[in-house]
Amino acid sequence: MNPVNYLYLAALLFTIGAAGVLIRRNAIVVFMCVELMLNACNLAFVAFSRLHGNLDGQIIAFFTMVVAAAEVVVGLAIIVTIFRSRHSASVDDASLLKL
Amino acid sequence: MSQLAAAASATSTGEAVQFWVLGTVAVLGALGTILLRRAVHSALCLAGTMIILAVFYLANGAYFLGIVQVVVYTGAIMMLFLFVVMLVGVTAADSLKETIKGQRWLAAACGLGFGILLIAGIGNASLKHVNGLGKANSGGNVQGLAALIFTKYVFAFEITGALLITAAVGAMVLTHRERTERAATQRELAEARVRGGKQLPPLPAPGVYARHNAVDIPGLLPDGTPSELTVNPTLRARGQIRDVSGEALGELKALEQRSQDWLERTEEEAKK
Repeated sequence: MNPVNYLYLAALLFTIGAAGVLIRRNAIVVFMCVELMLNACNLAFVAFSRLHGNLDGQIIAFFTMVVAAAEVVVGLAIIVTIFRSRHSASVDDASLLKL
Repeated sequence: MSQLAAAASATSTGEAVQFWVLGTVAVLGALGTILLRRAVHSALCLAGTMIILAVFYLANGAYFLGIVQVVVYTGAIMMLFLFVVMLVGVTAADSLKETIKGQRWLAAACGLGFGILLIAGIGNASLKHVNGLGKANSGGNVQGLAALIFTKYVFAFEITGALLITAAVGAMVLTHRERTERAATQRELAEARVRGGKQLPPLPAPGVYARHNAVDIPGLLPDGTPSELTVNPTLRARGQIRDVSGEALGELKALEQRSQDWLERTEEEAKK
């Protein structure tokens, strides 16, 4: 098996996550799909790190994880705040600025 | 020469088996994340996919990241998701109504096209030569990462610390709610209730006494129809109400039938 297969898997997972972001309406599930895309990128970074034989890819993946943790904390806080004011976690319902 | 290149780029059979088995499960988990209707099921599918990715990190020589993936992603982030689903998602099953016509099919087509583009791009790239992490990991994976983080990437590392503190403060500011007015006392609540005049006595109890007293079974009105008012609104929203009114009527019918049979038999016997 060629380690490039890991890149194909990462591309597939990223695509599935992107499709989920477009398809789903529940803000929490949309957020989970974003996490899936971030994870797919991490897998690609780790695979590249192995292909190139240095650890820089792993460092980038590590920083991605930290940023993802911060993003999840703030994003979920925003979802909870929106749910409190509109009693709905659907991204369609937050349409106050729509004409 | 091509054999040599193949030997350099090949991995062990064990890793190939692991990749194909776990990779299938990871893709299934990802599909479950976007296709299952309940947010809790999506979260559990995603947690499974993340654990499998951790195994792939370990297989790729990223030992530190594999452990961090399990601890941070599946341990902290997914549990945070589950907490928010519990807080928010009682009625959060996705609505199937499309607000933009044909959006779902367009999104699926976009995803498919994007996937083909991405995979074809990787297929066309020349990634024949694999170096392997043997040399980079020779002094230990964690030591190697630490040497890079604290020399070449030390500035990014420090900025990351600032980002984490900002995120923690931001989450607290966003979810903190200042009480601007005094909490209503019990007497004021009771007076407001009488003034509202909607439902003065307590709500009727659930369950059909003498047969069922579970909270998810609505009480029956005098005409035998179930009363929605007797069941908790959360269970009503989830659609987790068990209806036993039909069952009771069916049993009544069966009882009548049995008594008819019994009466007929006694009549026949009486005729004899």
